[in-house]
Amino acid sequence: MEKHAKQRVVSPEYMFFEAPRTRHFITGSEAASEAVRRANLDIAIAYPITPQSETMQRVGDLFGEGFLKDYYRAEDEIGAFSAISGASRTGVRCLTASSGPGLMRGLEVIASWPGHRLPLVFLIMCRVINAPLSIQPDNLELAYMLNTGSVLFHAENQQDFFDYTLASFIISEKCEVTLPVSVAVDGFFVTHARGWVEMPSAELKLPGRDCYNEAVPMIDNENPPIRIARDAPIQKSNFISYQMHAAWQQEIHAAQERSRRWITRYMGGLLEITNPDAETIIIASGSAVSQSREALRQAQDMGHQVGLIKIKSLRPFPVQELRQACQHAKRIIVPEFNCVGWLNREVRATLYGHTEAEIADGPRVYGGITMPTEMILEWLLDAEKGGQ
Amino acid sequence: MRRYNIRMAGVGGQGVVTASHVLSNGVILSGGESTIVPFFGSEKRMAPVESYVRIAENQLYEIGEILYPNFIAIFHSQVITHGKSYTMPFYSGLKDDSAILINAHHPLPLSDDEKRELCEKRARVYYLPAMQIALKHAGTEVATNMAMLGALCAIIGVPDLASLEKAVGERFLGKGFVASGGTASLDKAMEKQFTHKFELVQKNMEAIHAAYDFAVQHGWAQAHSKESDLACIK
Repeated sequence: MEKHAKQRVVSPEYMFFEAPRTRHFITGSEAASEAVRRANLDIAIAYPITPQSETMQRVGDLFGEGFLKDYYRAEDEIGAFSAISGASRTGVRCLTASSGPGLMRGLEVIASWPGHRLPLVFLIMCRVINAPLSIQPDNLELAYMLNTGSVLFHAENQQDFFDYTLASFIISEKCEVTLPVSVAVDGFFVTHARGWVEMPSAELKLPGRDCYNEAVPMIDNENPPIRIARDAPIQKSNFISYQMHAAWQQEIHAAQERSRRWITRYMGGLLEITNPDAETIIIASGSAVSQSREALRQAQDMGHQVGLIKIKSLRPFPVQELRQACQHAKRIIVPEFNCVGWLNREVRATLYGHTEAEIADGPRVYGGITMPTEMILEWLLDAEKGGQ
Repeated sequence: MRRYNIRMAGVGGQGVVTASHVLSNGVILSGGESTIVPFFGSEKRMAPVESYVRIAENQLYEIGEILYPNFIAIFHSQVITHGKSYTMPFYSGLKDDSAILINAHHPLPLSDDEKRELCEKRARVYYLPAMQIALKHAGTEVATNMAMLGALCAIIGVPDLASLEKAVGERFLGKGFVASGGTASLDKAMEKQFTHKFELVQKNMEAIHAAYDFAVQHGWAQAHSKESDLACIK
């Protein structure tokens, strides 16, 4: 009997909250593949790129062990992301993954997923995208992902990578969501480094995809393949196509909005707050949160009261929650691992007119180097003194 | 347990990353917390390699490269003499009152500026003939990384040798270690050289013990000075 057949199907609620967990010291790549082991996944297609490769290689091992029904390496990222679109349309549970330049190569296809209302999980192991070439974890690519229509989470560490990935399959396939869900982590720092991860037993798995309970009918003998072929007028430039595009795009946006309650239910909210009463606040996502936790510890040792807001969901963005959390803030800093400061822009746009706080334009590191906690501390203390 | 941010630098093929994994795992087996981050370009011999180990008593949050270490281990003299390093000079970012352990059987020719800056940082520089120790006690220079571990362990006081031995065992006798293709093939070659994996572990431990003793005999273990946890912050 295949190993996956021996696994017991449990409800998402049981898997996420009730099942007893054991603690393991593993890499982010291992954490992601352990999530896949329990995800009742049907198919995974990807094209190798550092630092993503190790995870998808491990998923290949899972295929070898019988946990997936199909798995292959596509000809490139455009091929991988197109093929996974086709797989998702047939109603099976789908996974793909990429990093930096690979993601950019396949961006055309990625941006087409939400419009086709394709449930699938896309793992992003962030890597530098600009020249000069580098394999380090700069997360500038997420600036592009923000506007594709995909739900987008930013995992802080190995535990998050496990939990978010597992939850993403369920959120993605909810009838009122029916959208791709992307789970980003900063490459190497999370994927190739080890951390503690608490996991439920590998003898459990999530219920399979219920494709007849989703917003868009799947391809079968009754349904003509793909929605675009059925809705031919949308490919023409005319007033019908404008209407349809408007409707589809609003539909994607509305579906993202509807994902909020499932993110709250399965991931404990779109953000997480430490020291809510502090007037100096760090807002961060991804591994910048880990650096901020250490900076916060050091600041507290030095007698400063500092708050930390971890943004877990970038799309949908926790607009109301963030406004609420920053009502009393006097100073805000936004540490980021990219040169454009995409999170800073999100924060400013969200808080404009809703806070008196001074929002520092940084700190930021470029090219995929880590952010020294000393740097965050310096910005914090400068902010305390009253200005950057 | 004191907090350590350790930067290990060496060249491809020396087992810098392996050593950092063993150290980190040893700390965890001894009841502490530790994380590692390996850092290298293309996997080839003699190319620069760094690995970063964080050691703490309680939960560690930070990740990524260690830019401001309070311990530096240099596995190959070319890191210093040929600039085979991601962080130039080799002591860049070193916190005051910290230690540097260098694999060399005699002091390296440092420039006057380097000497002055190390002096200003009140750095303690230890030269360990790690390769000679490895050759003598393990019969192979490939165990140089283990000798470095032994001395490092003696200087910082963690992990205890029993935990380190367990970590070495787990590394070579297996427990789901994720190795790169290059490392895996090297492992195979080493196994052939020693008839049993068990013997490989034994020889590695002998190199560790010898270097540990070397460090203790030279008084490096007692050299804890004014440095404190605050050195990690300031």
